[in-house]
Amino acid sequence: MTLLSLEAATVRLGGRTVLDAVDLAVAEHEIVCVLGPSGSGKSTLLRAVAGLQPLHSGRVLLDGRDQAGVPVHRREVGLMFQDHQLFPQRDVAGNVAFGLRMRGAAKDERAVRVRELLELVGLPGAGARSVAALSGGEQQRVALARALAPRPRLLMLDEPLGQLDRSLRERLVVELRELFARLGTTVLAVTHDQGEAFALADRVVVMREGRIAQSGTPLQVWQRPADAFVARFLGFENVVEARIDGEAALTAWGKVPVPHDAPQGPCSLLVRPAGVRLVAADQGLRCTVAARTFKGTHVAVHLQPADAPRLEAACALRSAPETGAEVGVEFDPAEVVVLG
Amino acid sequence: MAVPVAFFAVFFAYPVAAIVRRGLHADGAWHLGRIADVLGQPDIRHVLWFTTWQALASTALTLLIALPGAYVFARFDFPGRQVLRAVVTVPFVLPTVVVGTAFLALLGRGGLLDELWGVRLDTTVWAILLAHVFFNYAVVVRTVGGLWAQLDPRQEEAARMLGARPLTAWRTVTLPALAPAVAAAALMVFLFTFTSFGVVQILGGPTFSTLEVEIYRQTSEIFDLSTAAVLTLVQFLCVGAILAVHAWTVRRRESALKLVDASTTARRPRGAGQWTLLAAVLASVAVLLLLPLAVLVQRSLTAPGLGYYRALTDADGGTFLVAPIHAIGASLSYAAAATAIAVAIGSLAAAALARRDAGRLVRGFDALLMLPLGVSAVTVGFGFLIALDAPPLDLRQSWILVPLAQALVGVPFVVRTMLPVLRAVDVRLREAAAVLGASPWRVWREVDLPMVRRALLVAAGFAFAVSLGEFGATVFIARPDNPTLPVAVARLLSRPGDLNYGQAMALSTILMVVCAVALLVLEKLRGADRTGEL
Repeated sequence: MTLLSLEAATVRLGGRTVLDAVDLAVAEHEIVCVLGPSGSGKSTLLRAVAGLQPLHSGRVLLDGRDQAGVPVHRREVGLMFQDHQLFPQRDVAGNVAFGLRMRGAAKDERAVRVRELLELVGLPGAGARSVAALSGGEQQRVALARALAPRPRLLMLDEPLGQLDRSLRERLVVELRELFARLGTTVLAVTHDQGEAFALADRVVVMREGRIAQSGTPLQVWQRPADAFVARFLGFENVVEARIDGEAALTAWGKVPVPHDAPQGPCSLLVRPAGVRLVAADQGLRCTVAARTFKGTHVAVHLQPADAPRLEAACALRSAPETGAEVGVEFDPAEVVVLG
Repeated sequence: MAVPVAFFAVFFAYPVAAIVRRGLHADGAWHLGRIADVLGQPDIRHVLWFTTWQALASTALTLLIALPGAYVFARFDFPGRQVLRAVVTVPFVLPTVVVGTAFLALLGRGGLLDELWGVRLDTTVWAILLAHVFFNYAVVVRTVGGLWAQLDPRQEEAARMLGARPLTAWRTVTLPALAPAVAAAALMVFLFTFTSFGVVQILGGPTFSTLEVEIYRQTSEIFDLSTAAVLTLVQFLCVGAILAVHAWTVRRRESALKLVDASTTARRPRGAGQWTLLAAVLASVAVLLLLPLAVLVQRSLTAPGLGYYRALTDADGGTFLVAPIHAIGASLSYAAAATAIAVAIGSLAAAALARRDAGRLVRGFDALLMLPLGVSAVTVGFGFLIALDAPPLDLRQSWILVPLAQALVGVPFVVRTMLPVLRAVDVRLREAAAVLGASPWRVWREVDLPMVRRALLVAAGFAFAVSLGEFGATVFIARPDNPTLPVAVARLLSRPGDLNYGQAMALSTILMVVCAVALLVLEKLRGADRTGEL
């Protein structure tokens, strides 16, 4: 059952098209994460759904009903702001209870619900604390409790973990996923961090310049990026222009073997770092090791061919060559992806 | 938005239009030549010349004395700094009449300097200049010092690290950042002194007369309303020009500066030079700001058994129809009514101006709101006098006339106080409330109001103090049987005799205490979230 759908939603700001005819559907209980670089229009997407940003054309439907003309406070969606926007003059309980008060909930009912939610987000008994005294992680939890308290039909998160440090972020993302699964919350989140998106979402939507570049499960998107932009945005460096002829592609790196079913003709080619195999210097593509960076489980080796773009290879810790060494490169067709 | 606009249309634009008509329209025809006629008179040219040069001199003198003060209050930490900072602001809200009286007590006939050394300055221009410095010291300390305190000292340190000597670092980093604030402060001081009325009226004697005083003289002594109207127009144009330049410098000041929390930048003075500077600033504050007020209080107490204060309760001095003491009650109730009007109009205007999507037209209204402040009280009073005394709007007999005029002068203060606070409310905080289900009205009540409550009180206090001390407009329209405190003081001073003089001192002291208390309470309220503006 589709809860939210956008139909050709378009937003123009100051002559720039920030959202360009976006179509998107979010099913009930689904967690969708919109991923994109800053300026790709993902925050505007949330604001359009919330009613904070009027559409230039197109429609936003919630439960099948067109939301044009429905003011922000009647849409019954929740939005967690990037920097939380807790009300500074209210304590934690006052913040969490705010949405309930707006809906006219009785005092006892509010108190029960606030206690319930603070427990849920792991801050039991914090109701009387001042929001100014909270750490970043605690503020994030209070903001989440506040957004969840009125039981919104749809919960939207704008860079939910953006301002937190790395280890806290990794822990919270797991907590969030478990929590949403348990509550059956429908979630639309936006982030620029692919790790966060892949960890949190059932489905990832990659945005570029106001349009949707790709949509799919984290695995689909990771394994088969739709185009060179998505591949580069996901952190892949080995993207090159190619022309496929039979079972090999002609590239600046020489002949690269491709999977059997690859369509013929010009395309972009992605070679995952694991598919770049190092061999003796007199075999394959001759490269110089320009730099190596330690990645924990492996070493990323940056290779400079004589007159072609750089290549990144993933090497086992022990077998990685030293900087300045001369090596040869061969490609593994299983790690080669033909992009659109 | 509609309410403030209507208010200004009826009580500002309409009177100004009436002045134009009175000055340039006669026998069914327009006489633009009258402007040239009036400006051609040697007396008037003399007044214009004096008005301009005394304003320039006052501004220069104020900057000279107050800029070191701005530095000391911004960058030095010393015991009593907070209190002293509040104290130097008191003169700004003191009624001009009180300031005039205080300087008369210090420099005038039978004044302190006269008694000690036989020196009298009340017949020279120095009395006026010093009184203007007294008044505007706070403008410079607040505007320039407020910004100075928020400039990140690390900017200068960065310049030092790159090889600049201390003075070079100051000149190349700090001075350019401060320059627009200095320019803005200088323009404000110039504006205030250009339109100075009460001070010149009391200290200038027959020799010195500014445009404002001349307009009043033409109206109430010579009864030449059309000359007064022309002069008002000239003044109006000058002030408009000054305000336009001011708005321009303010916009430039809003350029991106790296600002930090003011409480982190002050430190103890180091070395003999800095201690000397601190001592010099404190001494100048003591002599220029505190001494006149102290002398005023002392003079009011010279009659045995608080005689001057007791005389205030008698009606048989002949100066008034009622005992001067009644002026206190009248003043307080007028000021209360004016405050209510000013806060209502000012808040509505500030709320409209604070909207992020406010267009050019609305922002233009911002400048318009400042006009009554600069256009001078006398214009407002004179305009009321000639515009609102005949149908369709005859308010001459109504008590509301005085509060209306005072509110007009108070509104800019309310807007100035409320606007930064309203603008500082994060739009997304309002959005957060809306997403949680708050209607626009609830958003205002739940998010905006708690944040601006303090600013609202401060604005009300400012409006109250300003209304209480308002002289220029009130003197035109206050009824003889119901004078306000400043009007009563001026009238007492215009009569001969020790008793009248003493009573003026006593009444001024009362007025000063009320205003000072109001301001100190406000300072307390403003507390940490004080901004650089007045």
